[in-house]
Amino acid sequence: MASLVGSRVERKEDKKLLTGRGKYTADVNFVNQTFAYFVRSPHARAQIKKVDTSKAMKAPGVVAVLTGADIANDKIGGLIAGWRIKSEDGSDMKVPAHPPLANDTVNYVGDHVAVVIAESLDEARNAADLVKVDYKILKAVVDTKNAMNSDQIYKDIPKNLCFDWLLGDRAKVKEAFENADKIIKIDLINNRLVPNAMEPRAANAEYNPSTEEITLYTTSQNPHLARIIISAFNGVAPENKLRVIAPDVGGGFGSKIYPYAEEVVCSWAAKKIERAVKWVADRTESFLSDCHGRDHVTHAELAVKNDGTFLGFKNETIANIGAYASVFATVTPTYLFGPCATGVYKMPAAYSNVKAVFTNTAPVDAYRGAGRPEATYTIETLVEKAARELGMDPAEIRMKNFPTQFPFQQTLVHSVDSGDYVASLNKVMEVADYKGFEKRKRESESKGKLRGIGLCSYFEACGIAPSPVVMMLGCGIGLWESAEVRFNPTGNVTVFTGSHSHGQGHETTFAQIAADQLGVPIENIEISHGDTDKGPFGYGTYGSRSLTVGGTAIVKACDKIIAKGKRVAAKMLEESPDDVEFSNGEFVVTKSNKKKTIGEVAFACYLPGTYGELKSPLPEGEEPGLKETSFFDPANFSFPAGSHICEVEVDPDTGETKVVKYTAIDDFGTIINPLVVEGQVHGGIVQGIGQALYENCHYNESGQLVTASYMDYTMPRADNFPEFNLGFTCTPATSNPLGTKGCGEAGAIASPPAVMNAVMNAIGTEISMPATAEKVWEACKKNKKKNSEAA
Amino acid sequence: MKTFNYHSAKDVKEASKLSSSKSVFLAGGMTTIPSIKLGLASYKDIIDIKGIKILSGIKVSGKSVKIGATTKHVEVANSKEIKKIIPSLSALAEGIGDPQVRNRGTIGGSIANNDPAADYPSACIALNATIHTNKRKIDAEKFFKGMFETSLKSGEIIEAIEFKVPEKSCYQKYPNPASRYAIVGVYVAKHKKGVNVAVTGAKSCVYNEKNLKQALSKSFSSSVLDNVRISSSGMNSDIHASAEYRANMVRVFAKKAVDAC
Repeated sequence: MASLVGSRVERKEDKKLLTGRGKYTADVNFVNQTFAYFVRSPHARAQIKKVDTSKAMKAPGVVAVLTGADIANDKIGGLIAGWRIKSEDGSDMKVPAHPPLANDTVNYVGDHVAVVIAESLDEARNAADLVKVDYKILKAVVDTKNAMNSDQIYKDIPKNLCFDWLLGDRAKVKEAFENADKIIKIDLINNRLVPNAMEPRAANAEYNPSTEEITLYTTSQNPHLARIIISAFNGVAPENKLRVIAPDVGGGFGSKIYPYAEEVVCSWAAKKIERAVKWVADRTESFLSDCHGRDHVTHAELAVKNDGTFLGFKNETIANIGAYASVFATVTPTYLFGPCATGVYKMPAAYSNVKAVFTNTAPVDAYRGAGRPEATYTIETLVEKAARELGMDPAEIRMKNFPTQFPFQQTLVHSVDSGDYVASLNKVMEVADYKGFEKRKRESESKGKLRGIGLCSYFEACGIAPSPVVMMLGCGIGLWESAEVRFNPTGNVTVFTGSHSHGQGHETTFAQIAADQLGVPIENIEISHGDTDKGPFGYGTYGSRSLTVGGTAIVKACDKIIAKGKRVAAKMLEESPDDVEFSNGEFVVTKSNKKKTIGEVAFACYLPGTYGELKSPLPEGEEPGLKETSFFDPANFSFPAGSHICEVEVDPDTGETKVVKYTAIDDFGTIINPLVVEGQVHGGIVQGIGQALYENCHYNESGQLVTASYMDYTMPRADNFPEFNLGFTCTPATSNPLGTKGCGEAGAIASPPAVMNAVMNAIGTEISMPATAEKVWEACKKNKKKNSEAA
Repeated sequence: MKTFNYHSAKDVKEASKLSSSKSVFLAGGMTTIPSIKLGLASYKDIIDIKGIKILSGIKVSGKSVKIGATTKHVEVANSKEIKKIIPSLSALAEGIGDPQVRNRGTIGGSIANNDPAADYPSACIALNATIHTNKRKIDAEKFFKGMFETSLKSGEIIEAIEFKVPEKSCYQKYPNPASRYAIVGVYVAKHKKGVNVAVTGAKSCVYNEKNLKQALSKSFSSSVLDNVRISSSGMNSDIHASAEYRANMVRVFAKKAVDAC
């Protein structure tokens, strides 16, 4: 049987998803279910003086109206920050209480005040208008940069400062900077983004009064984590009485890793009223209440020698984490950001200092790339500026500082096991025809357009993650992954994974792996995920981890199946287990040319006897059945890397910027399915170009979200992009047997700096993201004025 | 969404009779229905006029193009006759919204709503249109009064829009990157007696840009627009485009339109 790993197998899940047969949380309905509608704060910051639910209670169809007081009475716990960060001075981070329904204050527009539960959605919505909330409006803190000098939001959190974290050595950096020929400085904004998963968040919680069990259907990237949080922290029900199912989920990009207030409230309310409670976000609710991404203000400096050698790097960042510390809000701008900020370079000294601030905006958490796009944007725009100021070619300065020996001990945390940064940069320059740029630039000029080229070389730490390492750094959970491989008696196979697929194509790629391992046709393999009652505990999907960590668990479980299969086959063939070889789905004893297929062995394991005689195919002491579980904790992160080149054309009359050519060369280690990987890279690049040119989450001074719909929030569209030219290099990861590194986030990490470097190259001026038409036009106008004055 | 009474009118007279201060006429519903669903508008009566046959259709003569009020954008976009005689008008219709909107939205609905960023009002101004209603004929210049405001009176229904065929014309727009409505749309039309430069998106209501109109009436060439003063005062300013940027875009897109005529 030919190996399936590495081949372009079409996605098994596409048939149902593309023909409307997917089953999403909003498609789940229970007999006698009710509908929830949340009363949300219209103010960014206010004291709640009184909530009067009496009129709403009397409205037609209303079953219950629940408030923060009810949730406090029932002792339902608050939402949690899942990663504990210490400040440079050794003190613990400071986080405010985050009740699922607000008690005395609301802290962002969209904050949850009450929930109306009614027989129909219309009735719930109409009654919500009748809930009277008496607010005392307070001055909102909105601006990231000035948050520390603004009104104090929480009484125990001075300067609105969650933590002031340092990674690296200030003294060594100081010394490096003293020895520098030149210091390159940048100030940048990493613009705030709204995740915009295609499927809005939703929850449908059913309570079974007979078993006292809650079943929560929800839009989660991580149902097991949702269960443990709702059980252990919110205290809604013990884990054995709470089943969480994340059925088909239409994208998450990080925003669905953890449970929100709505899931907690629906589960709690379902138990309270003993009926199912269903909630589906509308798009505006998604804009207001999904956790947002990015939102950094950064000052960074690079110390260089005149020949372009890097000596040191410093990074001073203010990260806005919004009104409350969401589950991964504190790790995203620290350990996912700081270590990667030195980029793919030998950097003798470095530090990252991050001040995380609270503001009266929606919570900010992980969003595709989580910290690593911010890191890469910082270093890659800085390196490009260094090249400009030193008069060097941007490719040359990168080549000069790449490590060439692996494993490479990166400056701040990571030991990078494998990579070849020179190879990917060389290849991207060749494929993108880097040398031919000047000619293309002249062609653009003849049409009145400014053409620019931009590079980005990146690496990222993913395959998240070695549990002891992340727990040492403050993580509240382990990050291993599980798999259970279950042969059914008739020889087909169900593989349970603790990761979750919401667009990644696991049902195909994981089946390819299991098919190769077990020699079973791919159509006989079912991948099952997303139900805490079906498979073993796992940690879900994010951080480009599922294949590298979860895929490996599948391989290891398959190894155990084969080991048992060998013992059973040996007994059946009356040979020694040591002589049994397994390949292509067959247990073979070469010397006697006897064999049993894995299907025959599975059948024997489930029917361990023989008609008419007392004879078992199982060796003595061997248990019947054929099912194995594996929990895999990686020894290290994995480190995808690569180089991208973007070319843009700018119309100086309008400032419109068009990406006209985009080339990406990535090293993801072993590739299981190039079709799926290319799709992931396309999606990532598109999101990155979105950040660079179009998307921007904008709150006004009073904390109202101005970009709360697609009328104002610019989602990139297909006509914004050229054909992407993708290619790969491969240095397999050494930390897992598959050699895979992960590919889900790379595109979103590499593309913003590549695009912005191209824009800045075209217009000759620094400009912040998103490079909207008006901003670029302003910059072009200023340049023109400056040039005419100089002339 | 509040409940309402739905009426399907069989003719214009019945539709007019059913109307009140708490009613709305429904054609394509591309603005009305989302407004109701979002709770931005509510009506006691919704009077559907899609079933009234005489309100739909395209009639082309040598000098004019008359389009029935409930004619869909897709029909104007695909009309061979219009493409031949006023290609810029079909091109405009082809650029409205997305395929779903073009398959439902109507020309009458668009101009009755008079969204400051809608495309069709600029065509009416540029092409010296006459708005035929069940009560009278209105010159386009007098029809569009202000933001979402027209000279239509209660019970008055647009029946058709009649465009004059120009010597040449072109519509160019810079769409809002998010909504794809016009941030600035400029419709230039050269008639025997002078030139119109209708601008949409830039101000609270479509208008004929006098300075550009005068310059082009003297000499129909994009280069004469370089030094014409375009004031940004009164222009819209939002997170997508400042008034100054819009003023610049009016010139840039007027030039593009003239060059493409």
